[in-house]
Amino acid sequence: MSQVKKATRHVNQNEGLIFEKSSPGKAAWRLPPLDVPEVDTADLLGEAERADLGHMPEVSEIEIIRHFTRLSTWNYAIDLGMYPLGSCTMKYNPRINEAVSRFEGLANGHPYQPERISLGALRILKTLTDCLLEITGMQAITLQPAAGAHGELTGILLVRAFLQKQGNPRKKILIPDSAHGTNPATAAMAGYAVENLKSNSAGMVDVASLAAQMNEDVAALMLTNPNTLGVFEQEIHKIADILHGKGGLLYMDGANMNALVGKVRPGDFGVDVMHLNLHKTFSTPHGGGGPGSGPVACKNFLEPFLPVPVIVTKADGTLGFDYNRPQSIGRVRAFYGNFGMHVRALAYIMANGPDGLRQTTEDAVLNANYIRKGLEGVYDLPYKTPTMHEVVFSDRVQAKKGVRTGDLAKRLIDYGFHPYTVSFPLIVPGAMMIEPTESESKEELDLFVDAMKSIAEECEKAPDVVLEAPHSTRVSRLDEVAAARKPVLRWKP
Amino acid sequence: MAYPKNFKYTKEHEWIKADGGTATVGITTYAQESLGDIVFVELPKVGAELSAGKSFGTVESVKAVSDLYAPASGTVTEVNQDLATAPEKINSDAHGSWMIKLKLKDPKELNALLSADDYEKFVAEETH
Repeated sequence: MSQVKKATRHVNQNEGLIFEKSSPGKAAWRLPPLDVPEVDTADLLGEAERADLGHMPEVSEIEIIRHFTRLSTWNYAIDLGMYPLGSCTMKYNPRINEAVSRFEGLANGHPYQPERISLGALRILKTLTDCLLEITGMQAITLQPAAGAHGELTGILLVRAFLQKQGNPRKKILIPDSAHGTNPATAAMAGYAVENLKSNSAGMVDVASLAAQMNEDVAALMLTNPNTLGVFEQEIHKIADILHGKGGLLYMDGANMNALVGKVRPGDFGVDVMHLNLHKTFSTPHGGGGPGSGPVACKNFLEPFLPVPVIVTKADGTLGFDYNRPQSIGRVRAFYGNFGMHVRALAYIMANGPDGLRQTTEDAVLNANYIRKGLEGVYDLPYKTPTMHEVVFSDRVQAKKGVRTGDLAKRLIDYGFHPYTVSFPLIVPGAMMIEPTESESKEELDLFVDAMKSIAEECEKAPDVVLEAPHSTRVSRLDEVAAARKPVLRWKP
Repeated sequence: MAYPKNFKYTKEHEWIKADGGTATVGITTYAQESLGDIVFVELPKVGAELSAGKSFGTVESVKAVSDLYAPASGTVTEVNQDLATAPEKINSDAHGSWMIKLKLKDPKELNALLSADDYEKFVAEETH
């Protein structure tokens, strides 16, 4: 166990709540003498005036700086080490993206500035849409949605608007049992009933069951490809044909697009509408560093329904926004989406170029397979189908010692890694879903494999070390059950 | 594992105990084990109409939120209010912690469900 090199302790500065640091009268500011006539606030605000502001923390400037700096040491980030959170594609966010997005004209641009002085920003949006259409093989796109699930909802609303126009929006959406939970949530939000589609023993859509379940009540199938097992749906053409044969549409959840870019195009294998996660595949910040961005790409027959506005080339050759779109589903986001993310995604695409993006995909798949090879035999591999960009093990071997996927993940923290995704996809009991992304070197992957092997050894020799993990963090294992059953939501003095 | 012989079971891991035209519904010990610590149960209101095989509520554990599927069609006559404040009772005694009581639309529907022995076999296959 001791030979594992990356057994780093996390830097964790103890720190209380900002409220607890407060002492009356302390402040980081002082106002100059009043040089305008005083106003009677009670007279102005009436009952809305508040004499007591409640518990506002009163601290000095250095105290507040230290407070947040110390809190920041509780974070784990891709800049500290590998972040193998499966399905989330936690890849490195290249600094060039940040440099470009801080260019003065971009950082200080305003969405209300007239179109004729926003042509640079419009050109960026247009170039990005062209690139994304080229990559996906689709025909039209909106950049508005603010994240993946928002993109899903937008996409399914396009499906509904199209079918409605045909005369019948239909009743249900088919969703495989390996899907992300956002898929059924999206279907329900768009007013559809959800019908579960069982996976076959290879972890793929069972084409025969799909054919049996498909009928004129089905609006669409929402499919993730590669799916959440990291398995490519090899019969995707047949799947698309079955859907189309009964007038249904094929929606692709683009969460796992990192396995496809530069290799295959959803538009070529029968997908009608899909979303992309710029914060996954295209290296824009993810999680707390967001916001996200979830563009929706579709085939031409769905184009009239895209959210307003869409970018158009005007008669004089300049770019502009078109708001006159009578069949549009309407706006889904203020302005034109999270522009800062569009800039970063385009910087990433252009810095890599087509060959670089293809290499990225190959490296992402290679890295996942390297981990699979390194850990096969140590951890149970429930589906033997070839792995794409992520690999799903299960805790079956370790469960015999009473150690479950959540325990193994907690122990991984002690080795200096962010945990993998636990207990998902749901079709694998005790799932351990690992996605290294292309960002990791062979050296870092070796450290990860060594750490996972060492943890497996601990399960045999000293399972308590794993069951009581993490040991190196500021607080030990949290009582997640009590937190969910009896949450304490408010600080009280 | 002891699955009561007088219950019928679904492949979605609900149990149903019929008594003439009425029945009591819950989830199985296997279901609670796979879910882990249950933190929230969402159940229908009294009077709700359920149809066999359709979702009638959800059960949330620290791992996941799962649908509850009606083993048979009928009208909800009673809901176990205890589960709102003490969902952990399902973990400690899944077969004793009923969720809803139903007035069955057609008691014959239960014939299509699994017996205790069949269910036990089904679970054994699912876990290999």
